[in-house]
Amino acid sequence: MRYAMAVDTRKCVGCSDCVVACQTENNVPIGFCRDWVVEVMDGTYPQLEMEIRSERCNHCVNAPCVRCCPTGASHFADGGIVLVERNKCIGCGACIASCPYDARYPHPSGYVDKCTFCIHRIKSGLKPACAAVCPTKCIYFGDLDDPNSDISVVLKKRKSKTLIPEAGTKPQLYFLI
Amino acid sequence: MANRRQFIKLSFMGAGVLAVSSGAYGAIKLLSSPEEVKKLKVDLIRTPTYCEVCFWKCAGWVYKTSDGKIWKIVGNDEDQHCNGRFCPRGTGGVGMYYDEDRLKTPMIRVKERGKQVFREASWDEALDLVAGKMKEISSKYGAESLALFTHGSGSTYFTNLFKAFGSSNIAEPSYAQCRGPRDEAFLATFGEEVYSPEITDIRDTKCLVLIGSHIGENMHNGQIQEMSDAIDKGVTIITVDPRFSTAAGKSRFWLPIKPSTDIALLLAWMHEIIYNEYYDKKYVEKYCSGFDKLKEHVRDFTPEWAYGITTIKPDLIRKTAKEMADASPAVIVHPGRHVTWYGDDTQRIRAIAILNALLGSWGRRGGFYRPAKYDVPSAKIPKYPDPKKTWMDAFPGKFPIASSPVSNAIIDASIPENKPGFLIRGWFINGTNLISSIPDQANTLKAIQNLDLIVSVDTMPMEITGWADVILPECTYLERYDMLRVSPHRKPAIALRMPAAEPKNNTRSGYNIARGLAVKLGLEAFFPFEKQEELLDWQLKQTGSSLEEMVRIGVKTFGREADDLYFSENENVTFSTDSGKIELYSKSFEQAGFDPLPKYVAHEEPSDGYYRLIYGRAPMHTFGRTSNNPNLTDLMHENTVWVNPKVSKVWGLLAGQYIWLKNQDGVISNFKIKVRITERIRWDSVYMVHGFGHSQKQMKRCFGKGASDTQMITKVMTDPLMGGTGMRGNFVTFVTNKSEQEVVS
Repeated sequence: MRYAMAVDTRKCVGCSDCVVACQTENNVPIGFCRDWVVEVMDGTYPQLEMEIRSERCNHCVNAPCVRCCPTGASHFADGGIVLVERNKCIGCGACIASCPYDARYPHPSGYVDKCTFCIHRIKSGLKPACAAVCPTKCIYFGDLDDPNSDISVVLKKRKSKTLIPEAGTKPQLYFLI
Repeated sequence: MANRRQFIKLSFMGAGVLAVSSGAYGAIKLLSSPEEVKKLKVDLIRTPTYCEVCFWKCAGWVYKTSDGKIWKIVGNDEDQHCNGRFCPRGTGGVGMYYDEDRLKTPMIRVKERGKQVFREASWDEALDLVAGKMKEISSKYGAESLALFTHGSGSTYFTNLFKAFGSSNIAEPSYAQCRGPRDEAFLATFGEEVYSPEITDIRDTKCLVLIGSHIGENMHNGQIQEMSDAIDKGVTIITVDPRFSTAAGKSRFWLPIKPSTDIALLLAWMHEIIYNEYYDKKYVEKYCSGFDKLKEHVRDFTPEWAYGITTIKPDLIRKTAKEMADASPAVIVHPGRHVTWYGDDTQRIRAIAILNALLGSWGRRGGFYRPAKYDVPSAKIPKYPDPKKTWMDAFPGKFPIASSPVSNAIIDASIPENKPGFLIRGWFINGTNLISSIPDQANTLKAIQNLDLIVSVDTMPMEITGWADVILPECTYLERYDMLRVSPHRKPAIALRMPAAEPKNNTRSGYNIARGLAVKLGLEAFFPFEKQEELLDWQLKQTGSSLEEMVRIGVKTFGREADDLYFSENENVTFSTDSGKIELYSKSFEQAGFDPLPKYVAHEEPSDGYYRLIYGRAPMHTFGRTSNNPNLTDLMHENTVWVNPKVSKVWGLLAGQYIWLKNQDGVISNFKIKVRITERIRWDSVYMVHGFGHSQKQMKRCFGKGASDTQMITKVMTDPLMGGTGMRGNFVTFVTNKSEQEVVS
C-alpha cells in the first residue's frame, strides 16, 4: 500500500476550501494550517499563465523529517503516511527545518503538527477532508499500489510533476499539469 | 425559538439525529495524546441545514461533538446545489456561530444617532419600542412611510410583516446593486429570468463565455463544480476581463478588454455571428422576433470597429465568435450576477441575452435548462391590505421597467430636499449592511439623519447597526429554523434548515423577531403558527413528508413532472414576452422610451494619474458580512489593491507597501490598503476585493483591515431603465503619506 495525492492545477481555483476543511476537521488552531494554496504567475500582461496549487506535506518516501527526528516521533505509518506521535515529540523543530516544503508547524500545545492525509478518515473508507470538500474535485487520493484507484488512473492518464524533485525526497504529492 | 426542552425533544425525535458509527475514535487515538482524544472524542451527531453564508444555499450537515459543540459543516450528497461539497465559506460557517463579536442582546440608542451609545434592553422592551414607533409613524403619515431593506432567509418573515402592516416598500439591495439588470434584460428577451442558482447548464456546455464574471473567485458553488467538470470534458472557456481572473487562467481565450467597452465587443460578436451566418437559423426563425432589425442594427459593428474601442484584436474577436458558433447550441454566454457596472447594464445584459438567442442556447443542453421548483403550500393568512402608495409614487415615471423596489430610490425618497411624492420616514433593515452595500455613503448618511426610526436586525455589529435606534440581534443560521429551501433547479427539491444549537446569548431567530412584532402590532393572524417548526411540519405533511423525515434526510429531491429539461425537437414554445417570442428587438423597451436594441456608448475615462476602480470577490468571503468570521479571516484578513508593475514603477510603489486610495471626488480611504504588484491587472485600472475596510470597532478582527471599495464609490451611474447603481465609473489614485490627523480610526 502506498498512499499518494494528486492536485489538478487545471481545475484548482485556489479557493482555500481545502484549508478551512482541514482546519475544522482536524481542529487545527486558528492561525495555523496543514495545507495551503500557492499561486504562480508567469509572463507579462496580457501574455500570462497562472498555476494554482493546493499544497501540503508530500509524505515523502525518503522523508528528511523522519530521518532527523531525534525521538522517533516522526515516523512512517501504514501506506507511507508520515505522522508525528505527539507524546514522543519534544517540539525541537528539527523536522520543520529539514522539510523542503515547509509543511510542518509548531502546534501551540508544544508538538509539531502536519498533514496526516486524514488517516482517521481513510481508515473509515473516507477521503481526506480536503479531497472530500474540494468544489472543483481537483484533489485525487488513493493507493498507488492499486492500479484501479483514482490516483493511479489519473496519474497514468495525465502529465504530472512533483515539487523540488532534486531534493531527492521522493514526494508523493503530485500536481497534474 | 423552542425552549430548551422542546429543542432537545426535537433533536432526538426518532431517527432524527444520526449516530454515525465510525472508526474515527480509534484513528484519533493513533494521533493524539489522551487529553486530545478526550477533547476530540467523536460521538458524531448531525443535523441538517442549508448554508446562509451566501445566497447559493447549499444543503449540508452540521456535525457536533459528544458534548454538543458544533464541530464542522459538510455538504449533503443529495443536494443539487453542492453535491456534498461545501465551499470555503460554507465550511467556515462555523466561525459565524463562534464569533465572539456577535450581537448578543437587544440594544436601544440613548444618545444622538450615530454616536453609538446604546443600552441593553429586554426583547419585550425593544419590540414594544419598535412596534410603538411603527404605529406612530403609520398613523401620522401612513404605513407606506416605512421601508424594509432586507437580504437573506429572514426576508420572508419581515416581508410578510411589512405587507401585513400595509407597506410594499420592501427593497433588496440584491436587485438594484447587483443582479437587477440581468433579471430585467432576460425578462425582456426570453420572458424569464435566469434564477438563483442560475439555470446555466455548465456541466454539459462546450463553450463558456464569461463577461467579467469571475467564477472561481465568486464561489457560486454549483457553477464552479460544473465548470470544473466541463474543464475535464474539454470545454472552451472564453473570458472577457480587464483583469487576469482565476477563470481567465483556466481559459483557452482571454480577452483583456478595456473596461467599460463590453457592449462594443458583444455587438461585434453579433455582427460576426449574423453576417457569417453562424447563427442557429432554425431556432431564430421558429422562436425569435426582430431578427431583421437586429441584423440591420449590427451591420457596421465589425471586429475592426470594436478593436478601436475594446483593444481586442479583430482576429481574436472573429476566432472567439467562431468558437461559440461551433459549440452552438451547447454554449453559454454567461449572464453574470453582480452586473451593476456602468449604468447601461440592462442594455449590456440584453446584448448577452440576444447573443444566447442567436446561438440557440436558451432551452438547450449545454446552454440554459428549464428549471423546476417544488411547490410547498403556504399557511393560510388574511389578505394583505392594499398599500396606499408604493415606492414608485415617490418619483413617478422613474425606472419604468423595474420589477422590484429600488433600494437607492427608497433612500432618495427618505431625503426631503429630493421632494419625493411621499417621504419615507422609517427604515427597518434586516441582514444588509447599507453602509457597505449601497454606493454613495454620504447620501445614505444624509437620509439616515432625516429618519424617525431605524431598526436593524443582524447577527453582527455591522456599520449600519451603529446608526440604528434599536438593534435586534438575530441568531445565526446554525441556531434556527428557516423556511424550506425550494430554489429552482434541474429537479424540484426541498431542503430543511434546523438549529444545530440553541441561540447564543440573548439572540432570536428572524421568524421569532418578526412574529413578536406582529403580535405587538395586532397582526398575529399573519403568523398563524407560534413556532416555526410547527409551520414547517404542517407544510411538510401537506407534501407527504414530515419534519421528522426531513430531519433525517435534510434534502428531498423529486422527479420532474415531464421530461422537459430542454426544448424537444420542434417544440412549440410560447415565451412570456408580449409577442410570445424571444424578443431580439424589444418592443417593451421601445414603448418605455429606451433603445430597443443595445447600443455602445462611451463612458468617462480616468484622468491622468487616476485608475479605474474595479472590485470583485474573493472565494473565502461573502460581501462584507464574513470579514470578521474567525475561520475565514484566517484565510484572508485584508484586501489588497492590485497594481500593474508599469504603474507601480511610475509611482515608486513597493510590493506590500500600505497606501491610501483617493477617488475623483477627493474622498480618501479611511484605512490603509496593501499594494499587490501584479501582471494580472491592466495598467489603466486597479482592483480590490469588496467587503473590507470595516470602520466598526466592535468587529475586532476586521476593523481597519484593508480599504472599503464602497467608500471610494461616490459616483453612481444609475441605469435609467431599472435604477441599478452602476459602480465602475470611479477612479482612484494613490496617497502614500496621509497625515495622522486625517486617519479616521
